[in-house]
Amino acid sequence: MSLPNQADEGITFDTFMEGVWRQNPVFVMVLGMCPTLAVTVSAVNGLSMGVATLFVLVSSCLLVSLIRHLVPKEVRIATYIVIIATFVTLVDYLIQAASLALYEALGAFIQLIVVNCIILGRAEAHASKNPPLKAVVNALGMGVGFAIGLLALGGTREILGAGKLFGISLFGEHFQPWVVMVLPPGGFFVLGGWLLLFALFRKKPVTEGGHAHD
Amino acid sequence: MSEPITPQTTPSGKMIATMVLVASICGVLIVGAFESTQAAIAENKRIMVERAVFKVLPGAASVKEYAATPAGIQPLTGAMPEGGIKFYAAYDQAGALKGIAAEAAGKGYADVVRILYGYDAQCQCIIGIGVVSMRETPGIGDKIITDKAFLKNFEALDVRVNAEMTALANAVKVVKHGSKTSPWQIDAIAGATVTSKAVGRGINDSAQKLLPLLVPHIAELKS
Repeated sequence: MSLPNQADEGITFDTFMEGVWRQNPVFVMVLGMCPTLAVTVSAVNGLSMGVATLFVLVSSCLLVSLIRHLVPKEVRIATYIVIIATFVTLVDYLIQAASLALYEALGAFIQLIVVNCIILGRAEAHASKNPPLKAVVNALGMGVGFAIGLLALGGTREILGAGKLFGISLFGEHFQPWVVMVLPPGGFFVLGGWLLLFALFRKKPVTEGGHAHD
Repeated sequence: MSEPITPQTTPSGKMIATMVLVASICGVLIVGAFESTQAAIAENKRIMVERAVFKVLPGAASVKEYAATPAGIQPLTGAMPEGGIKFYAAYDQAGALKGIAAEAAGKGYADVVRILYGYDAQCQCIIGIGVVSMRETPGIGDKIITDKAFLKNFEALDVRVNAEMTALANAVKVVKHGSKTSPWQIDAIAGATVTSKAVGRGINDSAQKLLPLLVPHIAELKS
């Protein structure tokens, strides 16, 4: 696959859509699986984790892009980690201030955003080579893509495993919940289902472009 | 050895300067976030405790934190005194003592089950429980918060202290589903015995320690 030289292009709709669709971090790149599988037991948890990651991603990409000419290449990774850790700490405080129940539900996975490879990957591969606005738009797309992925997983698992969506009961009293779906194995089942669905959807445009290979 | 490859290296001074600059910016950001959210976080924690206490002691309107020590009871301000056990005294609208709430913890199926129980001084019994945190299996262990028959155990669970004020007159005990005979026994949920036992053991451990210290001084709280 030959990626166009991103540094030369201006900001297009594709700068944003890249993360949402063509290189969706959850469904296409299959990155950041640890929070993806662990916290998505409900739609609210999935969405909150997605939004928290989105915030860290956008803020750290902005800062990385702003100081990209300043940072010597030898210490760039160390610098990115410090920046990402800072924004994760910020998110940690903000979630505690917003809702302690949510903070407990997400648990250690908030702090673990630091090692989410989507963020370090974006900082290194995109933000450090592009002007701030473009970096932010691209990071926003990636973050939205990740949040959509987590919401899709969380929603599916909540519907199947608890018969609810966003805490609202869908099927009435007599619904027998498919409990395994909110347990760890269910995370893999649902992720597998979504990956399959996404792969089927993506098949067509690839064939049209003449790159019909697996 | 062959010539080492030396691409243009950056002088150490510049690297250090960059790291110091970035770290300073980050430090300022973190301190700013901490300062601006601290009040809201403290308030959230207070509301969470209040809500939990109000749930196990219906009718309560305000909560005060206390510590029970072998020397007596005292309002909890700052650090916990040595050997102290934390409890909450809840008061109703008129300012009369409504009951006592305390935390209990027992090892469940997946992890420690932490609950809060409400103690009524008049009947010397537990009148309600609420879960603080648990990771029990959804649909099985988490019945302890939904199973009405199980919660009925905690409408008047006998935790009288013995005459010597050293321990409970009758230890709280979890019995097999359907075999409860005495008011200090807890009827386990069928199929969720481990979690039921965690709740019972937790209450027993906590009440055995706290109530002998607390009951002799309970009059001091009634103001």
